[in-house]
Amino acid sequence: MAEYLVCSEEEIADGGRKVVACGDKEIGIFRVKGVLHAWHNLCPHRQGPICQGRIYPEVIEPLDDNCEVRTLQYNEENMHVACPWHGWEFNIETGRNAAGRYRLHRAELAVREGQIYVVL
Amino acid sequence: MDISNKDRARELPVQEIDVFTDTRDILAHAEKAAKRRGFQDWLICDVDAHHTETISWHELVEYIEDPVIRHQAMLFHDEKMGTASYGLNGDMGLKYQDVGGRIPHQAGIREKVDDGIHRDVTLTRRAMSALGVDYMVLFPTPMLTLGLHPQPEMEVYLGRAYNRWLIDKVLTKDDRIKTLAYLPFNVPKEAERTIEEFAGQPGVIGFCVPSTRHKPIHHNDYMRVYSMLEERDLPIAFHAAYHWQDQSLSTINRFLGMHALGFVWCNMVHLTNWILNGIPERFPKLKSIWVESGLAWVPFLMQRLDDQYLMRPSEAPQLKKLPSEYMRESCWYTTQPMETVNMKALELTLEMINAESQLLFASDWPHFDFDLPQEIYDLPFLSEQAKRNILGLNAAKLFNLDPTPRKSL
Repeated sequence: MAEYLVCSEEEIADGGRKVVACGDKEIGIFRVKGVLHAWHNLCPHRQGPICQGRIYPEVIEPLDDNCEVRTLQYNEENMHVACPWHGWEFNIETGRNAAGRYRLHRAELAVREGQIYVVL
Repeated sequence: MDISNKDRARELPVQEIDVFTDTRDILAHAEKAAKRRGFQDWLICDVDAHHTETISWHELVEYIEDPVIRHQAMLFHDEKMGTASYGLNGDMGLKYQDVGGRIPHQAGIREKVDDGIHRDVTLTRRAMSALGVDYMVLFPTPMLTLGLHPQPEMEVYLGRAYNRWLIDKVLTKDDRIKTLAYLPFNVPKEAERTIEEFAGQPGVIGFCVPSTRHKPIHHNDYMRVYSMLEERDLPIAFHAAYHWQDQSLSTINRFLGMHALGFVWCNMVHLTNWILNGIPERFPKLKSIWVESGLAWVPFLMQRLDDQYLMRPSEAPQLKKLPSEYMRESCWYTTQPMETVNMKALELTLEMINAESQLLFASDWPHFDFDLPQEIYDLPFLSEQAKRNILGLNAAKLFNLDPTPRKSL
């Protein structure tokens, strides 16, 4: 196993990220709701740089009691990263896409003495 | 935990890709993939890529032949504010292509380019290099709906200006960049004139009919066009696009649905007319290419036309074989956007269209649904020879290009 020092914990604020190279692997480290999540920077679609994509809340379309719709809304509970190559979206906490069929490859993190490490 | 290596991670210079990110950074993973697969020794022809011609529209209008229209257009670009490019109709769907900013390279490419070299030459070279492409065939973008312009002569003015401008500014600067010159198809006599003028010009390897138009491509008025292309051994490409205002699509409220159907529908209609009116019988050496409709529609159309033809052969008396046979023998198809979620369906599709000889790789870079050469290379059911043919050798044969790879990966 190899361990790579990324940065101090406070360098990745909530809603923020850091994308790093650890040897020949690229890893994106995100913080959502205070928790760190790390994913390999490879979209399962075409191996695009998923972790370098824009972050959006999930888009939902609420139904009223009559099953009618009026507006699209953002659901801030589920934050997504969208692959900048083709737009495939993944939940940053679960690594899953909307249809649940595809998922990102998680990377292991270690936090010691306020420092974040990627463990590969 | 046994930690054998303690090292410092290196922060990537681009943390979030946006419209200012360099093409080489956006496509860094593609370049790695190309190297890993050994594409240096593979001829790769990208038969459909794009540039945004409207960014250079102020230059392009100077190439308009008609002196009055040229003067109008130049004044328009010097003086008018807050309006679209002179003469273009465009399509409202263009506003949605980048999925609300999720795909920045579709929204705009605003990276720095080298002084002294035309922007489109630099950007095309960067994309070719990253994708591992030897030859790239460049098409316009908003001009693809010009066939719907209410003034048919506008297509003539702008189509010719575009061809002249592209040759002068781009194609003569790099012989790895090619085009299928714009045919102003709504005015057949002008289409003939275009072939006479541009066949043999630098970088022109065939001609293109943007498919969004309401013209019957089997009309007698076009027979001279087809004959001229056949005589010159130059292919004719029907490049798809969408037209959201088309009545058949006007109830679709999501760009996704309109794009999915629109990019296929125009070529389904034209190819149906092409086959049922026996154009391949009349011009057996004329090569037609069906561009940017993906592939999943082709087996459907083959089955559908074959079934209907066998019940009603008297309505297609030019045919001497099944519609699907013409479609797999005298028609070529570009790969992008290659539908891959159901690989069994893709395998059958490639078999039905005789992909080993009829399929041409296309990236469609920089559009939101672009494909990469690796997608062909990684298909598990193709032989290496089939992959080499699709990625480049079929195009080299079709367009008379030197099959020796020219890139430096």
